[in-house]
Amino acid sequence: MARYIVRRLGFLLLTLLLTSALIFVITRLLPGDVARVILGREASEQALTALREELGLNRPAVVQYASWLGDFVRGDWGRSYSTRLPIREVVLERLGNSLRLAGLTLLIAVPLAVALGVIAGLREECPADQVISIGALAVVGLPEFVTGLVLIDLFAFRLRWLPANSSVAPDTSLFAALPQLILPALTATLVLLAYIIRLTRAGVIEELRQDYVRTAALKGLPRATVIVRHVLRNALLPTVTVIAISLGWLISGLIVVENVFNYPGLGRLLTFAIDRRDLPLLQAVSMITVLIFALANLAADLIYALLNPRIRLG
Amino acid sequence: MALDTVERGIGSGVATGGTPGGWRRALRAIWGRPTSAVGAAIVLLFAALALAGPLIAPYRATDQIASARRQPPSAAHLFGTDRLGRDVFSRVVLGTRDIFALAGLGTLVAVLLGTGVGLIAAYWGGWPEELTFRSFDALLAIPALLLALLLLGTVGPSRQSVLLVIVIVYTPIVARVVRSVVLAVKPRGFIEAARMRGEALGYILGREILPAVLPALAVEAALRFSYAIFLVASLGFLGVGVQPPAPDWGLMVLEARNDVALAPWSLYFPAGAIALLVVGVNLFADGLRRALQA
Repeated sequence: MARYIVRRLGFLLLTLLLTSALIFVITRLLPGDVARVILGREASEQALTALREELGLNRPAVVQYASWLGDFVRGDWGRSYSTRLPIREVVLERLGNSLRLAGLTLLIAVPLAVALGVIAGLREECPADQVISIGALAVVGLPEFVTGLVLIDLFAFRLRWLPANSSVAPDTSLFAALPQLILPALTATLVLLAYIIRLTRAGVIEELRQDYVRTAALKGLPRATVIVRHVLRNALLPTVTVIAISLGWLISGLIVVENVFNYPGLGRLLTFAIDRRDLPLLQAVSMITVLIFALANLAADLIYALLNPRIRLG
Repeated sequence: MALDTVERGIGSGVATGGTPGGWRRALRAIWGRPTSAVGAAIVLLFAALALAGPLIAPYRATDQIASARRQPPSAAHLFGTDRLGRDVFSRVVLGTRDIFALAGLGTLVAVLLGTGVGLIAAYWGGWPEELTFRSFDALLAIPALLLALLLLGTVGPSRQSVLLVIVIVYTPIVARVVRSVVLAVKPRGFIEAARMRGEALGYILGREILPAVLPALAVEAALRFSYAIFLVASLGFLGVGVQPPAPDWGLMVLEARNDVALAPWSLYFPAGAIALLVVGVNLFADGLRRALQA
């Protein structure tokens, strides 16, 4: 197990290194003249030179990359070009908001989706499964902004139960922010739901086909016992890891949701950085998003290995 | 490994090998299953709209009728008009061609490129394969939407950028699916036999391996198409994709969002079109997978 963890950690570092290089190439080298991208076409030559100096754009690309990555790892993320504020504070605050929303979403989505997935799996090809599976396929087709705007129209404009705008002020307690969190969380839930349902259903169906299930049934165990003690224990294995993956997925999945509701999370900050052509901010937000995505995947793998003796002991 | 479980439903499990009879059978199976038949019908309907759009749409996408702003649906304006007095029905119909062109062309290029790279790199093996797929892994370590936004944020929003983004985001995924099939087929006898006969590389890849890859590739292409529609619409909605005044469905939803209380139809019809098309493609892809799995 220890060897497995070390190998996975090594993998993670390598992936992060490659990804950071990719982000650097996309944001610094692809645009050609970064200074002009940030300042726009009408910028004076003087301003361009000053910015090139500030961002160190005159140095060779490899040197730039190394110093950028070094600064990032040491926690020096620089200043936002559009707001002049230190990037780290803003990003960490927004990250907290996003995690809050993601947590609430998982709290709603996971129990609901696992229950529906198990029902669909146990009743494969029966009406209950058909309804759940087709429903899941249909919901997968709905982009977050469509479900989000429909929910806003329904619950905010027509019923007037919840606010349409979720621009929570900084330092609002979770309890005070709850009404503004519900609609975005529901929107994200709908997207996650289909994904977890499909996975749980597939896991249950696969386990039901195993020989040991038939053995257990033939030796006279009640069906409920077979299902709870044997099938679910194994079938839910991938589902447990899904929770970790979902957290990673949510970090990018929330980009659209946060923009629909104007929720001050990482995703909203990302589109803000793009609108303002704020490349330093864009880099920092991307790095953090990728980092969380990678950590969530790592956590999923480790949980899976912990729960699965074939890997834990192998 | 956890990710493998996620992707299991997509590529593997689809039978390798494909005969003309097998494809005909698969097609029949799709029409025989109610859900996939509905999906196929929806896709065909939108494809027809994409082709015949300008013949059906009563107005041009940018025609503004000053006297008819925010009109509810009626005989004159089937889907009503938006805040600028543009006919929503015409814009939705004309937008079909746009989304098919962007998502379809993007998917096509990604599938062709991914197949080529996947076939050659996986068959070649050794460090070229390692290098190719390690760099693809790095690309895939960035969530698709984030990668799309990063690229658009630096090259600037435009139709061409969106196309480029679809190709960059989906080529590695297609290549990975192709590779998994190639690795399964490579050790088999008929490949060895072809090599012994002294067949050229192109012949082995194109005539011996490609047919085995095609079923999985067909399913993957259908799935990619649905994701591409989703991506184009999302980018349009975020305002970083196709720019106004193009009748892009996602963009139309963005423009209508602040108008939902006054003219909900200008939001619901383009939103419904996106949802219907994506669901149709998904149902079709699901049917295709089941048909080819058997």
